[in-house]
Amino acid sequence: MSHRDETTTAISIENAVLSYREKVALRGVSLEVGVGEFVGIIGPNGAGKTTLLTLVNGLRRPRSGRVSVLGRPLNGRGRHALRKEVGYLAQVANIDERMPMTVRDVVMIGRYGILGLFRRTRKRDWAVVDEALELVGMTSLAGRPIGHLSGGEQQRAAIARCLAQEPELFLLDEPTASLDWKAQTEILELVKRIHDERHLTTLFVTHDLDAMPHTCDRVVLMKDGLIVGDGTPDRLISTESLSRLYDMPLPVVEERQPHIHVKGS
Amino acid sequence: MDLSVFGYQFMQNAILAAFLGGVACGVIGVFVVLMHMPFIGVAMSHAAFAGALLSLWLGFNPLLGALAFSLAAAAIIGPLADRGGLSPEVSLGVIFSLMMGIAFLFLGLMPGTRSSALDLLWGSILTNTRSDIAVLGAVAAVVVGLVFVFFKEIQATVFNRSIALSVGLPATLILYGVLFLTGATVTAALRSIGGLLIFALILNPASAAYQLTYSMKRMFLLSAAFGVLSGWIGLLVSYLLDVPSGATIVITSSVVFMIAAVFSPKRRVKRWRGRLIAEE
Repeated sequence: MSHRDETTTAISIENAVLSYREKVALRGVSLEVGVGEFVGIIGPNGAGKTTLLTLVNGLRRPRSGRVSVLGRPLNGRGRHALRKEVGYLAQVANIDERMPMTVRDVVMIGRYGILGLFRRTRKRDWAVVDEALELVGMTSLAGRPIGHLSGGEQQRAAIARCLAQEPELFLLDEPTASLDWKAQTEILELVKRIHDERHLTTLFVTHDLDAMPHTCDRVVLMKDGLIVGDGTPDRLISTESLSRLYDMPLPVVEERQPHIHVKGS
Repeated sequence: MDLSVFGYQFMQNAILAAFLGGVACGVIGVFVVLMHMPFIGVAMSHAAFAGALLSLWLGFNPLLGALAFSLAAAAIIGPLADRGGLSPEVSLGVIFSLMMGIAFLFLGLMPGTRSSALDLLWGSILTNTRSDIAVLGAVAAVVVGLVFVFFKEIQATVFNRSIALSVGLPATLILYGVLFLTGATVTAALRSIGGLLIFALILNPASAAYQLTYSMKRMFLLSAAFGVLSGWIGLLVSYLLDVPSGATIVITSSVVFMIAAVFSPKRRVKRWRGRLIAEE
């Protein structure tokens, strides 16, 4: 493996294969992401997008291939330590309405990994949490029980939780799924703003082309566990490529053309 | 009301056992309620009961068998809850019925009177020995101590296990730890509360606390307090009415839950939100 410049490469995956039991989820994926890039990953359901994210944050181990994230090769112990430094927003899970935790408590979970075992939360941790809440515009809701929030507010709280980790790498898995249009656009703007303000490297996964932030530097197309396209949005997102990606005939794609915001269009 | 009986050694032992059992079960109950796995407690307590009967049949201390069986059940339930192909409820149902079968098998095989076996089923807090109480005290101390030391890890794991994992916490280890603690608590309280009834003392105080607070710390404290309260009131009622104490303790804990549910501020919030939605 050639020596990469750690200051410019955030993620480096070489020919990763990953399977759950008999189902192969990734069949040889290679991807390089530079520091500060904002990459959108799109593809139909079951393409392996989520699996790719869990590979990057060290939740899953490839069966073969090499993965290196933030300059660390991901082997046994490295994976555990890495998770503390990667903000990972998983797909929306239902929150128990009566869960005895406030928004502030939940955002604080983001600090727990970095703090480590046997250490209590300090003033500085609460300051980081409050700052994260302010950045996502949730300061006034900080004391609310987490189960009382709307879907969009819960996503904001989840984003604040990731920010509380003070990550360099931000992974988002369908962050706008099941949100209404207004909440969806607000979350997209928020993610972009955070990406710029915090100088993050961001991977944004979605199956919904309308939910793809129009400001992506780069788009990766995934299908059946493979990367089938990689480039700038205006080069990559065309009726032909979408037709291939979603197995739909050209005229149908043209007719249903989603409102993708291709740069320059 | 003649309360001079509370001066006797056996009654003081019972009061102490109710306190320790109430605290341990109350704390464990918080996990069971917040992780939405009530069936785990049921399966675990029946496993403990089956193990205790096997031990009795073989002539050992029943607590040894109970501990071995409930820890084994925890070791089987963990992976099932983790990545079972079947839904966890289904697998737990299978384990639960198997344990019932084993328990009744040994009950049938047992020669002579079965009073000691039946004691384990119904519990008899009044015949606790000093060593029973020492075991219960040790388990209660370990349970409370671990929750105190690992509160933040536990809080995150209970909230959402995949989130806890993704921020770099050993969430799987915490889950297994909780399951083993449940097994140990069930075992230690088996003789006092009884295999059939212990689960109510795990579930009810925690469910009552769950109705009343939005702070997890307070939920732990309230649940332990309700557990102790149920134990003490149940003991008193049992003495006054001359009825089995396990039953009165469990019934008291159910009453505590019902009162909490009626006065729950969370219910009001739900009703209030419901009205808001209806008005829209």
